[in-house]
Amino acid sequence: MSTPVTSSPILKVTSASKRFAGVHALEDVSIELHAGSVHALVGENGAGKSTLIKLITGVYQLDSGSVQLRGEDVAFDSPRSAQRAGIATIYQEVHLAPQLSVARNFFLGREPTRLGSLDLKRMNREAGDALKRYGIVADVKRPLGELGLGIQQMVAIARAVETDASVVIMDEPTSSLEPREVDLLLELVAQLKAKDVAIVYVSHKLDEVFRACDTITVLRDGKLVSTGPTKELTRRQLISRMLGRDAAELEKDGRTKLAGHSKTIEGEPLLRAEHLNRRLILEDVSVVVRPGEVVGLAGLLGSGRSETAKAIFGALPLDSGEIEVGGKALTHQTPASRIRERVAMLPEDRKAEGLIPDMSIRDNIGLAALPQLTKAGLVSRKRVDDIVKTFMTRLRIKAAGPNQKVSELSGGNQQKVLLARLLCLNPRVLLLDEPTRGIDVGAKAEVQALVAELAEKGMAVVLISSELEEVVEGSDAVVVLRDGAQLGRLVGDDISEDKIMDLIADAASEQIEAVK
Amino acid sequence: MTTLAANFRDRTAVAAWTREHGVYVALVLLIVYNAIATPNFVTVDTVQLLFSQVPPVIIVALGIGTGGVDLSVGSIMAIASAVLAKFVVGGTPIGVAMLAAVAAGLLVGVFNGLVVAFARVQPIVATLGVLVAGRGIALVITGGALVELFVPFFKTIRLGKFIGVPYVMIVAALLAVAVAFLVRRTAFGYRLLAIGGNRRASVLAGLPVRRTLIVVYAISGTLAAVAGVIATARLRASDPSYIGLLMELSAITAVVVGGTSLNGGRVRILGTVTGAILLQLLESTLVSHNAPDSVARMVEAVIIIAAVYVQRPARSSR
Repeated sequence: MSTPVTSSPILKVTSASKRFAGVHALEDVSIELHAGSVHALVGENGAGKSTLIKLITGVYQLDSGSVQLRGEDVAFDSPRSAQRAGIATIYQEVHLAPQLSVARNFFLGREPTRLGSLDLKRMNREAGDALKRYGIVADVKRPLGELGLGIQQMVAIARAVETDASVVIMDEPTSSLEPREVDLLLELVAQLKAKDVAIVYVSHKLDEVFRACDTITVLRDGKLVSTGPTKELTRRQLISRMLGRDAAELEKDGRTKLAGHSKTIEGEPLLRAEHLNRRLILEDVSVVVRPGEVVGLAGLLGSGRSETAKAIFGALPLDSGEIEVGGKALTHQTPASRIRERVAMLPEDRKAEGLIPDMSIRDNIGLAALPQLTKAGLVSRKRVDDIVKTFMTRLRIKAAGPNQKVSELSGGNQQKVLLARLLCLNPRVLLLDEPTRGIDVGAKAEVQALVAELAEKGMAVVLISSELEEVVEGSDAVVVLRDGAQLGRLVGDDISEDKIMDLIADAASEQIEAVK
Repeated sequence: MTTLAANFRDRTAVAAWTREHGVYVALVLLIVYNAIATPNFVTVDTVQLLFSQVPPVIIVALGIGTGGVDLSVGSIMAIASAVLAKFVVGGTPIGVAMLAAVAAGLLVGVFNGLVVAFARVQPIVATLGVLVAGRGIALVITGGALVELFVPFFKTIRLGKFIGVPYVMIVAALLAVAVAFLVRRTAFGYRLLAIGGNRRASVLAGLPVRRTLIVVYAISGTLAAVAGVIATARLRASDPSYIGLLMELSAITAVVVGGTSLNGGRVRILGTVTGAILLQLLESTLVSHNAPDSVARMVEAVIIIAAVYVQRPARSSR
């Protein structure tokens, strides 16, 4: 972890400012990136991380300030020109062509040709070799879109590494990776460091930041809060700098509402989903939730967590299984019929499955409750306005107003908009798939507190999170899944990260035994 | 001041402004140009001619504007015309015959909707089928020939005016108001925008996606049939191989020029109406300057491309 502070920076941003509609998204921010060094960029959503990255990579243009690459002023007019200058970016969502093969994606834009046509053989061979070097196991001939999100992300990263970039910017690279894949990714980062690449690492996962980064820059509300070596910063200091409030207060906000929540809840189940089966996807999964109970679904990526939630919600057709809500058997397998029974689901993929990007906050919130807000086919504006106002206040949605486009909001506020959409339905059963993914620390604590509060009011909550800690702290019972099958159900004091991992690991070793 | 300057320096803001207001600016510019360069342009006659020519395009464009690409509208006009002729020739009162014609359009629209909703065929492909087959059906109905129609009421449609405004323009305006109301104020309109904006999310929000799509195409078909009746009245005949020919192109152009997104999610009614007027005025401008039809078509093409260029998604949205 040697930071060559003495060397001149590869990339230097000086007093960068950017306004949108008169509001500062970034104000007077300066950072320096050095070769062979990993520079973390942290901050809540809306802190200006994305804006800064987009200014560096030519997606946006500076209002004032300058960007210097190897001592020379540069002003990229497009991401492509930044890429040509050796600045590669890996975004949160994979920006590749899902229909093309892994190999073709790997070589996208720099395909080897033979006699003027694509040299597919060479592409497949070289892509396979390169991926293997990075420890990525994938059939390079398969369409990228058929692989898991995690693998897709790794391909995107390996691809960037191979383009001889001198600056690699990673925007939340691990948000859809399993722990094992995170390790692989951090190995990639180390390889890049050894190749004297300057790396910008944007992440909400403080573990990774402390593990992998040499320097940490904290942004808040578009301004630079601090920048300095990782070793001079404690975790507590970092969080308080990100949030801009007292660390003790954060402790209170973020923890107490969840800690000690694991209590045994009596009563008739509100949701009874039993023996859910769907070929190759789910195998005899059962989830039973009583009013006031939070049942967590734990497991690795691809274990069937989201699929279980979707099946309960009627969005994934089942081969067999019984779903009862409030004692009534539900036979129609459609989301609309579930919503009528006041079952609501927060989908995993906010952008693809949740938001209507061009619509306002107001219209996004009112969407699912439309039938209740409509009289003789006409939408009652007043009732929509009332309900929107109520939930914007209650969930503390930060926006210019209800008519702001939802796509202009930060991730945390977008998530709150979707939660508001569900709560309008006055649900009995709430299925939350990754409610805190990709949102900032402050919003995360708020969402977690909200989940606990809703359960206390008598809702039956199913909670999915790729962060074990969140499942453990937030759930009264945990169903552990692996490869679409149920490994066990933990309750009370049995709920711990260790126990969950033991279950998953046991199942894995059993599987290996069976193969032998 | 600086805020305004910053706004306009921002490329996406300029693009958004052009997308929303470009059609109005273009119309004003064209009118100013004509007022200066075209002799006898600023007369009541010009306006009345325009107002009697443009309604069918407006009416059809309103339908397309709500739902996206519907290539079958021209053929639906021909079918409606043929049905109208069949009934009129058979001695049915004109009112009933007209209703039957509109009902035929509704039916074809529902068929389109069913294909799009259930077969999950892309709208452009699904409606292409009816585009091709529709004229054939119309020819079968009329017996393969032009049918001349002598209906007194057609003269009213053609020439009737209320305080100087042609009836057909009034009908188009009323339909525009009705569609605007539908899109802005009803649950149906709300769903329509949501489904266009993100179909998957709409399914998960419990919206009746299929039902909405079927209604969208039913509306498009119905409006096309209304335009077909007007076109028949103007021609005083039903000619399946001529009525509504290339109407899908004019209507789609009007819709796109007016700022509606063909991918759904954004509907601009006033923009659509203005777009239709703009195109008609452009055509008559070219005609009055003795430009040949071939040139007119090329100018139209340039306009479409310019409009689509302005409508392209802003880069920052990614």
